[in-house]
Amino acid sequence: MAIAARGPSTADVVRQHLQGRRIDYKGALFQAAILVALLLSLVILFVLISQVVRGGIEVFQERGFDFLRGRLTVVSASIAGVGQGIAGSLLLMAFVVLAAFPAGIGAAVYLQEYAPDTKLNRFVNVNIRNLAGVPSIVYGILGLVIFVQVLGPLTGGKTVMAGGLTLAVLVLPIVILTTMEALRAVPGSIREAGFGVGATRWEVIRSHVLPAAAPGILTGTVLSISRAIGETAPLLLVGATTGLLATGGSGFFESLRGGYTALPVIVYRWTSLPNEDFRALTSAAIIVLLLLTLSTNAIAIILRNRYERKW
Amino acid sequence: MTAQETKPGIRLDTAEHAVERRPAGELVFDVQDLSVYYGEFRAVREISMSIAQNQITALIGPSGCGKTTMLRCFNRMNDLIETARVEGKILYHGVDLYEKSVDPVEVRRRIGMVFQKPNPFPKSIYDNVAFGPKIAGFKGNMDDLVEQSLQKAALWDEVKSRLKESATGLSGGQQQRLCIARCVAVEPDVILMDEPCSALDPIATGKVEDLMQDIKDEYTIVIVTHNMQQAARVSDMTAFFTAEVNEEQDRRTGVLVEYDKTERIFTNPTDERTENYVTGRFG
Repeated sequence: MAIAARGPSTADVVRQHLQGRRIDYKGALFQAAILVALLLSLVILFVLISQVVRGGIEVFQERGFDFLRGRLTVVSASIAGVGQGIAGSLLLMAFVVLAAFPAGIGAAVYLQEYAPDTKLNRFVNVNIRNLAGVPSIVYGILGLVIFVQVLGPLTGGKTVMAGGLTLAVLVLPIVILTTMEALRAVPGSIREAGFGVGATRWEVIRSHVLPAAAPGILTGTVLSISRAIGETAPLLLVGATTGLLATGGSGFFESLRGGYTALPVIVYRWTSLPNEDFRALTSAAIIVLLLLTLSTNAIAIILRNRYERKW
Repeated sequence: MTAQETKPGIRLDTAEHAVERRPAGELVFDVQDLSVYYGEFRAVREISMSIAQNQITALIGPSGCGKTTMLRCFNRMNDLIETARVEGKILYHGVDLYEKSVDPVEVRRRIGMVFQKPNPFPKSIYDNVAFGPKIAGFKGNMDDLVEQSLQKAALWDEVKSRLKESATGLSGGQQQRLCIARCVAVEPDVILMDEPCSALDPIATGKVEDLMQDIKDEYTIVIVTHNMQQAARVSDMTAFFTAEVNEEQDRRTGVLVEYDKTERIFTNPTDERTENYVTGRFG
């Protein structure tokens, strides 16, 4: 910089300092890399979905609701449908809701709000995290031993009850973890405010902590349903039917102790058939399964928004 | 404790300048040799002071001197901290609050608390005030009680048209007055305030201070404040705490230096440390 007689004005000097000249190559590279990562996953998702829709859309065009009502069969593609699969998946969902949610939310409230910070409790905490990572087939074996064999007199063996309870156990750690996370997010000042006006621990939890955590709990738990209804492996072990399913059950409660199948199991079964017609059916079944999952997630969002507005 | 075992920071040498004065009037609290530990660490040491009914008592002192710890002992809020442990006694109308048979929930119904940061429940204004009485089994007219409480907290006129709206939509000053209304709704005997104005602007602070004067006929108020003008303005008695660095020079333990009429603390304190603090030379 040549120093003129008058010298540069202060503003010029400051401007020169403030003007960034370096190009942030590393930053730009990083940004590009994460953008590629995002696009890659989006492309994979798009390809998968478009494949499935292209393969399955014909089935809906030709047979419409008939496919949704049809029975599980591997004999004739023209009469096969996912009716029993939808019913089975919905029943399994009901079991997950009834069994995993109360137990999971209860366990989380205990661990987060009541349990003192002892070695034992920290050990329990770590192991719940580990359980969430256990492969689902292991839960299938667990379900086979406990719900099919040991509790056979209650569940009736390889029934929808056994399957539902197995899935409930499968998602239990996830429900506990997400609920704990939601409880942890409730500011301590809310608890103090409750205690400050003479509330008991239970009153504080029931009136303030749980309502404040409800949106988070709902989101987490309903997402765990999505996980449950997509599971195949454990259901194969605890008796989800892959072949013809007789729907004899006389009443609703009877049917809980009857044979069953589920959407992902049907997908699994039909995929393994050599018959070209079943390819399209498989795609159609996948569409139904995706729609079911998406609507479950939509319910989670709606419920969450409603709770949030209530405040 | 005898005069020989002089408490650190408290000069008992001259009768004329007995630093630890007893307030006039009936006592609500009589703190005797109170020490509070967090785990192994002693947060405050051997505090003795008494607090009189229908007075405003201010606890002042630099950060980390144990004022808040002390305040939270009065309604057993420290019980919520797992590692906290208390030695000594706090007599409340003659009953030791830390006796085994005392239920902390009952203690907190009689000794309410207003916190440093306004912490309304994320519910309606009405529900915020009504929650305390409801769980206490209040049988009367809840609408009237809510109105009275909000009026005592000088908030009624500002919120009467929107009682069903969320409390989180109020301004900081309004939220803090709502917290005071929530506190008085359970008709406590004592109100503990932990730096209630630290998050408020001067106008809101003025409102809260006026309100304290208005309600002191009905309640005994203990307030922790960093603002010395505030202590001077609102309180009848002032306790000055300071932190002593222990031998290992790493932990600070709070001690009570001087406890006297507010006027005296601010105009003619006995202890040099108090004088340095209130004149702004330290802390």
